[in-house]
Amino acid sequence: MNSGDIGIFVIFFASISTSNMILSNFLGMCSFISVSNEYKTASGLGKAVAFVIVLTTAVNYAVYKFVILPLELEYLRYIVFIIVIAATVQITEMVLDRFFSSLYVKLGIFLPLITVNCAILGISLFMVIRDYSFIQTLMFALGSGIGWWIAIIALAAIRERIAKNKLPKGLEGPGITFIITGIMALAFIGFSGIFIIQ
Amino acid sequence: MKGDIKKVIHRNLWKDNPIIRQILGICSALAVTGLMVNSLVMGIGLMFVTAFSSLTISALRNFIPKRIRMIVQTLIIASYVILVDIFLKANYPDISRALGPYVGLIITNCIIMGRAEAFAQKNKPVISFLDGLFAGAGYTVILLMISMVREFLGFGTLMGYELGLEFTRWTIMVMPPAAFFIIAVMIWISSNIMSRRKKSTEKSKGEAQRA
Repeated sequence: MNSGDIGIFVIFFASISTSNMILSNFLGMCSFISVSNEYKTASGLGKAVAFVIVLTTAVNYAVYKFVILPLELEYLRYIVFIIVIAATVQITEMVLDRFFSSLYVKLGIFLPLITVNCAILGISLFMVIRDYSFIQTLMFALGSGIGWWIAIIALAAIRERIAKNKLPKGLEGPGITFIITGIMALAFIGFSGIFIIQ
Repeated sequence: MKGDIKKVIHRNLWKDNPIIRQILGICSALAVTGLMVNSLVMGIGLMFVTAFSSLTISALRNFIPKRIRMIVQTLIIASYVILVDIFLKANYPDISRALGPYVGLIITNCIIMGRAEAFAQKNKPVISFLDGLFAGAGYTVILLMISMVREFLGFGTLMGYELGLEFTRWTIMVMPPAAFFIIAVMIWISSNIMSRRKKSTEKSKGEAQRA
C-alpha cells in the first residue's frame, strides 16, 4: 500500500481522532485500564508514552530504512524494533535523570512500564505496513501519542467522577472501565468520515 | 504430577483466565475478534508462542542471569513470534494480511511475559509447557466466544458459513466499541459466578463447623 500522497496534517489529525490508538486500534490497553483510576498519574503516563512514542518511532524508522532494508533482514524486524524500544527507554531514563531531574521525577516510574506498552511497538509496525515517509512517520507518532494521552485522561476523569457511585455487583473495576471505554469509542466514531488513513 | 496438571488446566481456563480474570493481553483480544477465523488463528499462534517460550525459558532458567532476564525472555518470545509470522505469511497470506500488525504484537502480549515471570522460571520444563499451552487456550476460548457474538450479530455467519437466518445485522458489532461491551459483560458474569461460588463454599464451611 502506498500512502505517499496523504498529507501530513491529515495523518496527524486522523491519528488523534478517527484512528485513535486506543479507541480504534486497541493498542496499549493493559496500562490504559490499570493506570487510569487517578487523573494525575494517568496524565503523567500519557505524556511519558507520547514522548517515548515519538522518540522510538523516529529511531525505528532510521534503523528500518538504513539497516534492515539494505541488508534484507525484514523478518528480523520484530526483534530489532523491540531491542530499539528497550534501549531507547533505558537511555531516555538515564538522560532525563542526568539533565532534567524534575521531569525524571515526574515520568520516572512510568518509563520501565512503557517498554511493554503495545502502542509503541504497534506504531512502528503500522509505519512499516503503511509505508510512511519520515515526516509522515513523525506526524503519525506525534498524533498517536497525543491521542493516547487524550484518551487516558478522559477515561481517568470519568473514573474519578464515578469512583463513589454505586455500581451493579461484579461490574466494579475493570468491568465498568470497559463499558466507559466502549462509550468513548462510540463517541469517537462520530469523527469518522472526516479523515481516512487506512 | 497428575494433580498438578489438573490444577494448571483449571487455573488457566477459568480461575485465573488471562483475559476475563487478570485483564491481560486485551489489545489483541479486542482487535482480532471481528471474525471467528481470525480469532482462531490468532489464538493458535498465541498458544504456540506461549507454550514454546515457556518451555524454552524454563529449560534455560538456571543459565539466564537474573539481571538481564527480561530482555532474554523478550528475545526468546520474539523468535517464536517470527516463526508464527513467517508461517502465516507463507501458508495463509489472506489471514496474515487481515491480522496486520497484531501477530507481531504477540511479543508485547502481557500473557506470555506473565507466564514466563510467574511460572516458567520457577518450574520444570514439561509443566511450564503445559501451563503456557493452557494459558493460551484460556485466551483462545474467550476470543472465540467474543468473536462468535460479534460475527453472528454483525454478519450473520459463523466461521464464515452463512446461517441463512433473516434478521437485521447489527452494524455496531462490526465496529470496535462492541468488543469493549462484550468483554465487559463477560467480566461481569464471571465475577458474579465467582463471588456466588465463594459465598456458597463459605456457607457450607460454616455449616460444617456448626455441625
